[in-house]
Amino acid sequence: MRPTLYKNARLLDPGTRLDAKGALLVRDGRIAEVGPAVFVDAIQEDVEVVDCGGRCLAPGLVDMRVQTREPGEEHMETLASLQHSAVAGGVTTVATLPNTNPIIDDVSLVEFVERLAQEVGLLNLHPYAAATKRLKGEEMTEIGMLAASGAVGFTDGTKAIADPVVMRRLLSYASMFGKPVIQHPEEPALAREGCATEGETATRLGLPGIPACAEVMMIERDLSLVRLTGGRYHAAHVSTAAAIEAIRRAKAEGLPVTCDTAPPYFALNELAVVGYRTFARLSPPLRAESDRRAVVAGLADGTIDAIASDHNPEDQDSKRVPFAQAVPGAVGLETLLPISLALVHEGAMQLLDLIERLTVGPARILGLEGGTLAAGAWADLVVFEPDRAVRIDAARFRSKSKNSPFDGKPAQGRVWRTVYRGRTVFDLDADDSRPRREHAHA
Amino acid sequence: MTSAIAPGPATASSDGSRYPYRHLLGIEGLTRPDINFLLDRADGFVEQNRQVDKKASTLRGRTLINLFFENSTRTRTSFELAGKRLGGDVINMSVSTSSIKKGETLIDTAMTLNAMHPDALVVRHAESGAVQLLAEKVNCSVINAGDGSHEHPTQALLDALTIRRRKGHLEGLEVAICGDVSHSRVARSNIHLLSIMGARVRVVAPPTLLPSGIERMGVAVHHDMASGLAGCDIVMMLRLQTERMKGSYVPSIREYFRYYGLDEEKLQVAKPDALIMHPGPMNRGVEIDSLVADDISRSLIREQVEMGVAVRMAVLEALVTNQTEPWAKNQ
Repeated sequence: MRPTLYKNARLLDPGTRLDAKGALLVRDGRIAEVGPAVFVDAIQEDVEVVDCGGRCLAPGLVDMRVQTREPGEEHMETLASLQHSAVAGGVTTVATLPNTNPIIDDVSLVEFVERLAQEVGLLNLHPYAAATKRLKGEEMTEIGMLAASGAVGFTDGTKAIADPVVMRRLLSYASMFGKPVIQHPEEPALAREGCATEGETATRLGLPGIPACAEVMMIERDLSLVRLTGGRYHAAHVSTAAAIEAIRRAKAEGLPVTCDTAPPYFALNELAVVGYRTFARLSPPLRAESDRRAVVAGLADGTIDAIASDHNPEDQDSKRVPFAQAVPGAVGLETLLPISLALVHEGAMQLLDLIERLTVGPARILGLEGGTLAAGAWADLVVFEPDRAVRIDAARFRSKSKNSPFDGKPAQGRVWRTVYRGRTVFDLDADDSRPRREHAHA
Repeated sequence: MTSAIAPGPATASSDGSRYPYRHLLGIEGLTRPDINFLLDRADGFVEQNRQVDKKASTLRGRTLINLFFENSTRTRTSFELAGKRLGGDVINMSVSTSSIKKGETLIDTAMTLNAMHPDALVVRHAESGAVQLLAEKVNCSVINAGDGSHEHPTQALLDALTIRRRKGHLEGLEVAICGDVSHSRVARSNIHLLSIMGARVRVVAPPTLLPSGIERMGVAVHHDMASGLAGCDIVMMLRLQTERMKGSYVPSIREYFRYYGLDEEKLQVAKPDALIMHPGPMNRGVEIDSLVADDISRSLIREQVEMGVAVRMAVLEALVTNQTEPWAKNQ
């Protein structure tokens, strides 16, 4: 493969705090040279030149919370459609939840997912393994052997690890292998019958509510267990002011604790469910406006380490039903970047900080090397246009599922190219599989 | 029968000359003229229903389907009578929850019925929002006969008609809604309607039976009957469902009746001419004492049932007449 030179780019590398005009040379799938001092004219080799035209060039996004539906429910998402969806969103690394059918709770299944993913080969896919057998929350899985086969963390997916004894032992045991335990932080007894955040909106709609404190209750309990065990703990998709404050304090205390959130929790509030919009039925449910603002503040001050898409493909049958019967969740890979960029456009975050939450932030939590533009690293890259006005159109998603609460919404930011190990895996200009509506008024 | 609704200008408006929508999915969003229009029409039907010959021909050739996903006798019968007295053909369909579990979805059912060209669907469903979902998928008018804990608009309309006929007006009245507000669609529809009409609403219940944020709907919240009923004109009791009585929401029937059951003693603090209502079916000795429920000078419970038929006739007439009108909007 000829070396490729990406020139005339705005280089964004949160790893080295680089934000400058420059160029990046890829040789043999790895970054050979990068920076403002790469003199394009001085390169003597026969290189393929990509003129980025002033667009942003950043490390490929690292999405630490994605659900696939393969094995088991391939009509909603396969590992192939998932990867196509991811790279169209600028994502080059995903970590997948174990809640498939069968559940990924055994070494052979971890290896099966890894092998299937490699056959598609568009990105780095790292499976999580189930924290407990069959996600029942009772017996621990073979943590050591699963970690050795490639599991990057342990989680019961969309279910909270409810039993404090089980959680205590998981934290103690997994810490031996340096792997995080990832919690869906919600007290299940308080959430059992609910489908929206308790409060005026749920009351007006006549929907059973889940009190917002169900989240912080579980996190406070887990933090006590972290103090007891010293285990690595990660709270997924935090969504309430109280939970973020609890994590802020735990970090100040020096506990080995991290957390992520997902775009709906900083871009939407509970009013998005009015009209019984099942695409906005999520778990945890969308929160009050004050909580949404706290999520933005938590991202800005670094309390929240990562933004994950929480990609959750569901079909029409799961969503075209009365609200309380709808399966919670939304797809998110292809809206991750444009929705997150709103934080920059609104002035809540610097672009480099936002990219950090989407790249090295999650990579560090999972102990992965990616997420930087360092020379010698794999050339996993995204080139994007941060200001480009777009309208989210779920019908054009590459994901097999279209359940997005952002469908039809205007946004700013678009992926132009995605590169995985030096190879272009998404190219907007070559992407003629779908109508090019936005080009008409370009 | 007078011709009820004159076709108006192309823009639908709430000027009181008609009901401007194709559906009745809830009270929330209606205006005072919309409600007055329906109540005025219903007043006329009360008289018609007291005649020996009760049959009109407004709905001749029209088909009405009562689609009940949840058991109901009185509401279904009331709609059936209303449809028949207007000369329409009425079919009752009870869809048991078990057959839904066999695979047919709510939308499948809606599409199947839609293909039979009904003119109106009267729908009751155990889930909030289910009736709205169904209304989005069919061509005919849809009337919400109760969806989950969301709304039961014809109940609120019949309550309003009952009160208006006794008190002459709704504005300025003090109304206490007592009992399981949390799970009650009747309470929500009544809170909306009474507030729109200028009455003042209080809710009276233990905190376990009040939904969070209810005060944001413009009601005063009371936890004891003495303060909640003080000086009120109307006492509306809600049904406490059996499954909520034992331990999870209130400790026992005995304790619930002690603190929240309506009896002569608790009623002392209300106005001397206070009237008592209940959407039925009543749990005697749980939320209401028989002496109070059967007191013909104060209890409007039987009158509510009579008004129910009249109100549903008014709603059916308005919606089915609107179907041919270009100005009728989806609610």
